[in-house]
Amino acid sequence: MNAEPSASLPAAGSAAPLVDVPVVRRHLVMGFVWLLTSMAAGILFSLQFLQRYPSLAQALSPGRVRLVHTNIVAYGFLLNSFMGVCYWIVPRLTGRPVGSQKVARLLFWAVQAADVALIGTLLGGMAQAVEWGETPVVLDPVIALAAVTFFVNIGVPMFKIGKRPVYVTLWYFCAACVWTPLVYLMGNYLPQFFVPGAAGGAIAGLFIHDLVGLFVTPLGWGAMYYFVPLLLDRPIWSHALSLIGFWGLAFFYPLQGVHHFLWSPIPMYAQYGAVVSTIAIEIVVTTVIVNFFVTLRGQTDKLRTSIPLRWFYTGMIFYFLTCLQCSIQVLLTVQKIIHFSDWVVGHAHLVMFGVFGFWLLGATTYLWPRVTGCAFWSERLNRWHFWLTAVGTFVMFADLLVAGLVQGFQWRALSTWEESIVASVPFWAIRTFSGLTIALGQVLFAWNLWKSRGEAADAPAPLPAAPPLAAPRPA
Amino acid sequence: MERVRAICLIAGVFFFALAFALMGVLPILSLHDLPVAKLEEIAPAPPPPSWDDLARRWPEAFKREIGEPTVENWHRAIRRGRDVYVGEACWHCHSQFVRPVSNESLRFGPVSTAAEYQNEMQMPVLFGTRRVGPDLTREGGKRPNDWHAAHFWNPPDVVPVSVMPRYPWFFSAAAEGQAPALNRDGFSILAYVQWLGTWPRTAVEGEGSSP
Repeated sequence: MNAEPSASLPAAGSAAPLVDVPVVRRHLVMGFVWLLTSMAAGILFSLQFLQRYPSLAQALSPGRVRLVHTNIVAYGFLLNSFMGVCYWIVPRLTGRPVGSQKVARLLFWAVQAADVALIGTLLGGMAQAVEWGETPVVLDPVIALAAVTFFVNIGVPMFKIGKRPVYVTLWYFCAACVWTPLVYLMGNYLPQFFVPGAAGGAIAGLFIHDLVGLFVTPLGWGAMYYFVPLLLDRPIWSHALSLIGFWGLAFFYPLQGVHHFLWSPIPMYAQYGAVVSTIAIEIVVTTVIVNFFVTLRGQTDKLRTSIPLRWFYTGMIFYFLTCLQCSIQVLLTVQKIIHFSDWVVGHAHLVMFGVFGFWLLGATTYLWPRVTGCAFWSERLNRWHFWLTAVGTFVMFADLLVAGLVQGFQWRALSTWEESIVASVPFWAIRTFSGLTIALGQVLFAWNLWKSRGEAADAPAPLPAAPPLAAPRPA
Repeated sequence: MERVRAICLIAGVFFFALAFALMGVLPILSLHDLPVAKLEEIAPAPPPPSWDDLARRWPEAFKREIGEPTVENWHRAIRRGRDVYVGEACWHCHSQFVRPVSNESLRFGPVSTAAEYQNEMQMPVLFGTRRVGPDLTREGGKRPNDWHAAHFWNPPDVVPVSVMPRYPWFFSAAAEGQAPALNRDGFSILAYVQWLGTWPRTAVEGEGSSP
């Protein structure tokens, strides 16, 4: 392991390296593999909307493949990639290795086994009727246990810091350590076994939203607060705005989930509360976005020269867009039209992939040379990767947004259902092509990663280790 | 505000618990007075005509896969049908609530009320968030069994523009020249769909409720 270029930062009073680089690398690789898997499932599923779905076995019927698309994004791609990123960042910011590197190595295999089992059970028709939590009841404890193990593992170095204030990234990370297991257990157990009907629906709504807001979002923003100052070689502009951003998210985000079921039989006060808190967080989001874009001032040229930075800031623009959209679409008036339509699907793709997917692809681009000890084979491929993905994602978002409006107004106008389908087909065709564009970008990136896999791992090219944030240097 | 323990306690635990209390526990308490019905209460005897029709239309297959068209077998089929509905992710493209807006009550029937969801068949609740196909809250009895059977076999045969997937696995293999008959999953999903929204609303809302 000492051959790993970035593993050379020694932990205080320990012979073990601070960061177990092979584990980071494996998680990044598997995160990307699961992303490819999920995209393949998504594109396959989209063919159903064009009446072009191939005749396959029951296990590969469109409904089941769709479950794989969303669940493998959440528990394959996002989980793995964020684990890799956290294993890289947390030891650097705390000066301590994770609780147990041995556990981290075992956990890697456990997570992959769980993902394989997840695909198998979903295709086997064992899904649970909780959106984003279709993980079958038999697998829920396994995934919960894996999540708890991971968060305890990265929580140990954070807790060892004691009473000293910590950097912004760790605020988000340690909050996610508490939130994620709570959210997962709440969503997968309460509506299934304890809370029936509309109240269970309220909790399922909280789960849908909290999985994004209290697991993915804090890990994503935590990573941004780490990578962006490092790449720009300057601190975040305003610490006060960082504080507002974090505490605003922590307070408002958990309150919003019921907005997934507006105009439903859930008590109206909960729906009103969800609407108000959803609009409120838009203000918080704006402070965070302002903070990051002012940090960029005078250095916008780096968006041209640094591919990771380009991913990060594009993701932030999409984040602003998606949150702005959220504050509009949550209005009960707008809900009349857009709910149940493709508008929501476009929104979900923009936030899950356009924001967090982009950040993780950026982080993977940044970390890859540092975990393989091998520079990228082709910078040009990385640029193609970015542009194909960015254009494809935006086209998909815009396309589904318009499709949603068309569908919503047709439904309200009492057009026959068939008419609304016919009107949607062109949009669904564009959606499939935008998905193919994105997938092509990922194939190019996969090729680039393969070519840059560091065959000379025994004698890696000397790369500067990414320094801790306390003394940022150009990466 | 910037220390790990404070963040874990205030943001991690307290804010989460606060939100859960307001958005989860309060609705639970609000709906607490509505009894949670078993299927037997919301699917009272006699079964709808569609159930006997299944047994008449596919007598051999029905006998083999389901048995006699009794009330017990009907309940068993509805439960199994719900499992099929969940496992095949039908609920990702069909919602199960009628909103009081956008002319939905004209298209789908009466607006949904909380009482209709206080039962074991809505654990987890099957609201759904997307309508690629129409809402199914009040689907029961709207169309005949053979419409549904043909539709499950190949939706575009019935609705040419339909983008619903085929479900040939709801049928058992047929002999040469014979129409395929439903299998257990097929009978079950049909029983479930034909049951949706058919129970008398007084059964869940009490005497005197307006329909």
